[in-house]
Amino acid sequence: MDGNDIVSLLERHVPRRTFIKGVIAAGASVSSVGYLFRNPPGLLAMGTPRGGVGRLLTLHVNGRRRRVDVLPQETLAMTLRYKLGLTGTKLGCDRAECGSCTVLVDGTPLYACSLLTHQVRGRSVLTIEGLQDPDTGALHPVQEAVLEGGGFQCAFCAPGFIMSMVAMLEESPRPTRAEAAHALSGNLCRCGDYDKILDCAMRAAEKGFAGGL
Amino acid sequence: MAKKLVGQNIAPPDLVAKITGRARFAEDFRADGMVFAKLLPSPMPHARVRRVDASRALAMEGVVGVLTADEVPQRELPAEPCLTHEPLYQGEPILAVAAVDETTAAAAIEAIDIDLEPLPFVLDPLDSLRPGGPDALLQGNVRVDRELRSIKWTERDFAAEAEGRLPMGEPTVAWSLGDVEAGFADAEVVIEKTMVHPSLTHHPLEPRSCMAYWQNGKLHLFGSTQSTQRTQLALARALDLEPEDVVFVGAYCGGGFGSKIAGSTIMQVPALLSRKIGRPVMLRITRTEETYIGRARPGFQAWARIGYRKDGRVTALDLYIVQDNGCYGSQGDYNTAAMIASLSYQPLSMRFRGISVYTNTPPRSAQRAPGGAQITTLLEPLMDEAARRLQMDSVALRKVNAPDAHGTVGPERRSLTSAYVREALDRGAEVFGWEDKRRLSGRREGTRVTGVGVALSSFVGGSAGFDGLVIIGTDGKLRVHQGIGNLGTHSFADTARVAADILGVPWKDTEIVWGDTSRGLPYSSVQAGSQTTHAHTRANHAAGMDARRKLQEIAARDLGGAPGDYVVAGGRVYRRGAPGRGMTLARAARRAVELGGTYDGHEVPDNLHASTVRAARMLAGRGLMGVARDTYPHEGSTFSFVAGFARIELDVETGMVEVKEYTAVTDCGIVVHPRSLAAQLHGGAVQGMGMARSQHWVIDPHWGVPLALRLYSARPPGILDVPLEMKWGAVGLPDPQTPVGAKGIGEPPIGAGAAVITSAVADALGGKYLARTPLSPDIILQELEGRGSPYGPLDTHV
Repeated sequence: MDGNDIVSLLERHVPRRTFIKGVIAAGASVSSVGYLFRNPPGLLAMGTPRGGVGRLLTLHVNGRRRRVDVLPQETLAMTLRYKLGLTGTKLGCDRAECGSCTVLVDGTPLYACSLLTHQVRGRSVLTIEGLQDPDTGALHPVQEAVLEGGGFQCAFCAPGFIMSMVAMLEESPRPTRAEAAHALSGNLCRCGDYDKILDCAMRAAEKGFAGGL
Repeated sequence: MAKKLVGQNIAPPDLVAKITGRARFAEDFRADGMVFAKLLPSPMPHARVRRVDASRALAMEGVVGVLTADEVPQRELPAEPCLTHEPLYQGEPILAVAAVDETTAAAAIEAIDIDLEPLPFVLDPLDSLRPGGPDALLQGNVRVDRELRSIKWTERDFAAEAEGRLPMGEPTVAWSLGDVEAGFADAEVVIEKTMVHPSLTHHPLEPRSCMAYWQNGKLHLFGSTQSTQRTQLALARALDLEPEDVVFVGAYCGGGFGSKIAGSTIMQVPALLSRKIGRPVMLRITRTEETYIGRARPGFQAWARIGYRKDGRVTALDLYIVQDNGCYGSQGDYNTAAMIASLSYQPLSMRFRGISVYTNTPPRSAQRAPGGAQITTLLEPLMDEAARRLQMDSVALRKVNAPDAHGTVGPERRSLTSAYVREALDRGAEVFGWEDKRRLSGRREGTRVTGVGVALSSFVGGSAGFDGLVIIGTDGKLRVHQGIGNLGTHSFADTARVAADILGVPWKDTEIVWGDTSRGLPYSSVQAGSQTTHAHTRANHAAGMDARRKLQEIAARDLGGAPGDYVVAGGRVYRRGAPGRGMTLARAARRAVELGGTYDGHEVPDNLHASTVRAARMLAGRGLMGVARDTYPHEGSTFSFVAGFARIELDVETGMVEVKEYTAVTDCGIVVHPRSLAAQLHGGAVQGMGMARSQHWVIDPHWGVPLALRLYSARPPGILDVPLEMKWGAVGLPDPQTPVGAKGIGEPPIGAGAAVITSAVADALGGKYLARTPLSPDIILQELEGRGSPYGPLDTHV
């Protein structure tokens, strides 16, 4: 599905004004109707499908196929957080300002708050929960570097920063400190811990991390 | 003997959870049947709600309930209710709606019929003080002796305004020390300035979202707080509940900076809404809502007149601060600012006058170094100006005035527990290379002019008198129960090291119990005011010593001799000189449980806080309990200090400032965790740089509508706005009035980061101090182009 499909889908199911209104009122995170509880099953808080009809999609998240009912106007961040139980992706601003919700889509760091879930159909989504080795549980080299470097203070920004670091090192395994800063400039750390974050990014680069997604 | 844990780099035990996404912040909790709430924000800066009709909203499918101001505790002004019938700022929550999903809740908010009567409003404190000016509250515009009153100054008072000087009518606070007139008479140089510091939102990255449900008559609340155990007490008080009927969970806090000291007022909304509708309620706070309800630093309109002797010594300091109090509470920033000025410069004489005025702007609270950061940012460039006029070095002038062990603070001349400020300035000058760098001042390369700045920032560094609670389990592990919060400073883990060091328990066998009041948390300081490192190294020291004494008693009882014959080390308690004669801590813990009484927490000292007693009761019988109140002597006031140094380049074509390098050296006593200390020094400085360069409020003067509602418009610093590498250091001398020697360091760094910018920008401008922050490019450019300031000298919210 490309962008035009999304628009037509939205227009079929959601009047444009309703979508915009919903985005504004809910701070760009139009939440889902079929809010699914991870456990126990059977406790579905089913409500009125305002603003559209959900569609069952198959998403590729963290190397797994996940079937999920998604509204046309639903953002990826809300699907991940409220339907797939992947709360590691944080919402800090709802609107592409802070980068806390950064995930990798086909290896590219993107803000999950500003992507419609329908846009990632057929694409591979990687969240912070998918970085560890699924078999051994071993931390990803970037996570190892952050752990060794004592990275982050409050760490609300950490999942987003770490995803950006992974994407950066995939593309450019040995960045300079300045290049690393540029690559991570889409992420905000309100604790101002940039010096240590850059130390961690450089430590990850020194580990010779290359590939492995 | 094993190396002490205090002083080492040890990552906090929650770091793996934080970097794998497993750490659960408030909005990450789920509960069966959970619904979503949305708030109805006031569209007007001051109004009375005449009528609310929620029937259309309630008739919508999926809407579960509504909570109005009638159903929440209303408090006497200036205390803040969680929902109101008389909104005092645009954006203040009037009611909340719960629905099965957030979209429905948002749609229901739009379906609420509401009738508001507009009331007079005021945005600028000076406008409220003008003759005939409006009061922000119906009851007045200032608070004096715990009463709201209306104070208006005269036309004569305001005559100064025409000359660009702060009007200085009747203050509500005034004090002086020494003979100010004589001080100015002795002065070689006198500098006078009117200055403006803006109000600015805290903007922690995690908005204050919260979730609540009730179970068996108990409130379970999942929220974002700086101080776990004290939030339980605050919630209980606010909702008229017994503390034991509140289970508060907040193991992680995505930043607070003073805005979430004991949780936040808005937590009452999901709590009460959930009680009303009988379902768990999630209140997700958006970034825009966070700007409204998320607190802000009070702005200052200030005037200072400072006299200097030939040798740079401050002979007299006359300070007047008009503080923008916002609409609720009584902010203490202006008073603290005066204290900090009296501390940092040790003036031979000083007068302070101030007034804090209510305005119809979002609520204020402490923000990292409340008052201290503002006054340091504003006054430090004046020290440079004096140095220039006296042909002195800026660092030397600061050293002449810096407090030492004999320094005092405030009009009562309170003593200090320690102050190694000259040492910090010397060390900072050395690390930064001040002697060489200052020669670069004014150097122009292309369009870029170099400026260098130095700043001294002081702030409070600790309190005393809280409780510590540790348990040596029958598995031999040490569990340190921490009632303080986990807002990213790592002190919830770092202060626990003290108990582990006393008991000789390696870090791998030490567990921190935190973040959930149902796990038994002792009475703690609020994690604010840079108290924690000082207060809880003390409290954990006391609890650790209590546990050690009990271990020695048990060993003596079972193995003979006197308790004093026994040593606690290496996971054992044994006879001094005869390591074979002893027992493991696990065995001693089992004996403690057998013995009961004070040994396992069934009996506790009677000087403990009720919260600690409750925690001890809950945990009694699990092992050997060390529990004690910090009664260590503590004479004088504890302060920490940071000397900051920066080199900037100012582009004269764009007005942009680039911070090329920054160095901070602190006196915060003994260093508990070097890497976390560096993070405080640098992170605080980064926040200060944002404060001085870009963060501000803009409020529409006609409608009273805040406009800088989001991160891009309030502009906290990004990774490209700060130097690529930052340096730091610590004097490292112990404070003699606390057993571990460590002082708090959360707050002093921010003033240093901000004031090096105001100082260095003035330096790059050839000594021209623009006397307002933020020093955004437009202000700098207008100055460079000789067009003067785009704003009046007293304009706020611009």
